[in-house]
Amino acid sequence: MPAVRRATAYLVLTAAALAFVYPFVLSFATTFKPRDEVATHPVLPWPLMPDSRAWENVLVHSDFPLWTLNSLLVTIGATLLRLFLDSLAGYALARLDWRGRGAVFGLVLAILAVPPIVLTVPRFLVLKEMMLLNSYAGLILPLAVDAVGIFIMKQFFEGLPKELEEAARIDGANIFQTYWRVVLPLVRPGLITLTILSFQGTWNEFLLPLIVVRASPEHWTLPFGLSTLGRGGAGGQTWDYPVMLAGSILTILPVAVIFIVLQRFFVRGIASGAVKG
Amino acid sequence: MATGTAVAAGRVERPTAPPRPRRRSRIHGRQGLAGWLFVAPALLGLGTFLLAPILLALWVSFRDWSGLAPLDTSTAVGAENYRDLLVESGVVQSDFAKSLRNNLYYVLGVVPAQTALAFVLAVIVNNKLLKGKAFYRTAFYFPSVTSSIAVAFIFIFLFSPSGVVNVLLSALLPGTVETVWLNEPTGAIHAMLGWVGVDSAPGFLGDRRLMGLSYWEWLSGPSTAMLSIMTLAVWTTTGTFMLMFLAGLQNIPEDVDEAALIDGASPRQRFFRITMPLMRPTLFLVLTLGIIGTWQVFDQIYAMTSGGPQKTTLTPAYLIYREGFENSAMGRSAAIAFIVFAVILVFTGVQRWILRGRD
Repeated sequence: MPAVRRATAYLVLTAAALAFVYPFVLSFATTFKPRDEVATHPVLPWPLMPDSRAWENVLVHSDFPLWTLNSLLVTIGATLLRLFLDSLAGYALARLDWRGRGAVFGLVLAILAVPPIVLTVPRFLVLKEMMLLNSYAGLILPLAVDAVGIFIMKQFFEGLPKELEEAARIDGANIFQTYWRVVLPLVRPGLITLTILSFQGTWNEFLLPLIVVRASPEHWTLPFGLSTLGRGGAGGQTWDYPVMLAGSILTILPVAVIFIVLQRFFVRGIASGAVKG
Repeated sequence: MATGTAVAAGRVERPTAPPRPRRRSRIHGRQGLAGWLFVAPALLGLGTFLLAPILLALWVSFRDWSGLAPLDTSTAVGAENYRDLLVESGVVQSDFAKSLRNNLYYVLGVVPAQTALAFVLAVIVNNKLLKGKAFYRTAFYFPSVTSSIAVAFIFIFLFSPSGVVNVLLSALLPGTVETVWLNEPTGAIHAMLGWVGVDSAPGFLGDRRLMGLSYWEWLSGPSTAMLSIMTLAVWTTTGTFMLMFLAGLQNIPEDVDEAALIDGASPRQRFFRITMPLMRPTLFLVLTLGIIGTWQVFDQIYAMTSGGPQKTTLTPAYLIYREGFENSAMGRSAAIAFIVFAVILVFTGVQRWILRGRD
């Protein structure tokens, strides 16, 4: 590659990387700035007069710890259910031979095409009829199974050689034992990919808590609790930026840690979709 | 356990008798039962929280229901909810028209921008001789995995009156930029027409109306507030689409490229004649996902502008929430959802048709 073109490439990438990374750096620095300093030195990536007011506000004077616990409960509950139910269904669709398989898979594909926003009113309706509004079950159950996850798990099961299952059957294992003891451990990359997608999706979910637990502050999850932070009144001039940003940083943190540790599985989730699509 | 013994019995039989149809169908039958048992919980979940509710909502879209009283106290109103939104003039119709207009500009701005940016970044990052690929990939993708509300808050801060965006623009442009981004309702096209002296509607645009909005209002362009949210959308989604393009680029068989190289094709020719055509399936996917995603913008609107200023960031998705959950018009809210669904189907259909037409 000619030197000029290489330099241009690095320049474009670095400028873009700066645009993607600097907002996070600056937000973190701003959480330590007093309010007047936010207005006078908005671009400086460190505080001149460090101040812990925003962090005290978020950690001590708000329900942030409660929202975090709620988010953990809902995310872990939904993710465990999703791992089990999606892989079970994915296995049946990939490997078992049964009448109706084609129809059920067609149904899964049809559900994939439904845009989530269309589900706003339907979900509210059914949760209201089941008396699940303002409850943890109302936050977890609608997310306990999803068409994307079934689809992903089916793909992973189809990538396994059939001989292993046949061997297990010949050794006397029944279908569930074969699935649970032999096949499931072999699709660990698939399960990790699904865990990440589910964890990230549920952790960040905003619309569902908004319609299900809005009236019940003890059930608020992080994104919904966060949306109430630092807003002093109508307009936009009274927003308390350090408090809002401290809450934002804390909300982002768990997903960021998982992202950095398990990055290749994030990439795999996207890449498999892209190539198959 | 029963299955286990059946398989064991089958194993004993195998050496003596050739597989009879009956035995095969019995094993098929076992798998048949297991198959249904394995998908039953998933089907129950999807049925309860997806299929049944969608049908129920379709029914509600033809009724007048507050969402507060029990569902059986609602009354049938025929197609009135749809009529109010599409035909009957009034504030319901003009709000819906505004939301469609705003979202249309949002889609037309965000989808091409995020697709082009993602593609360019993917092509650069894909270069074999480049160092630090992993870092750039991580940096571009990271915003996509973060909470929409957290990112919205970061952008409220960046676009605040004394914020980074204004500081940056003040440094680049003459004078001081003091735009109150999230509170500025002027449409971009109206603003540009204003620069050349067209400040109000020319007669033929001001008089004619479509869905309660004059043609002049339809042609406003995205408001300054909406432009801020569009910037946010491009910033958060580009990374995901870059990874998709990257996967597509790495999926191009190397021998095809090498063959072209041996045949004497220049880098430019290889890019436009080999890479681009082979990337069409990925481009197709990225555009489809982009259109589906951009027609559903909600979280950012809720956190940043609540549909304001002057309803210029109202979107159908936000209206679904506002009508159903703040204005207690659940039937209307459901009707909007089905219209949005139809709009998304039409848009992805048109995109499919355009891309196919190039063959």
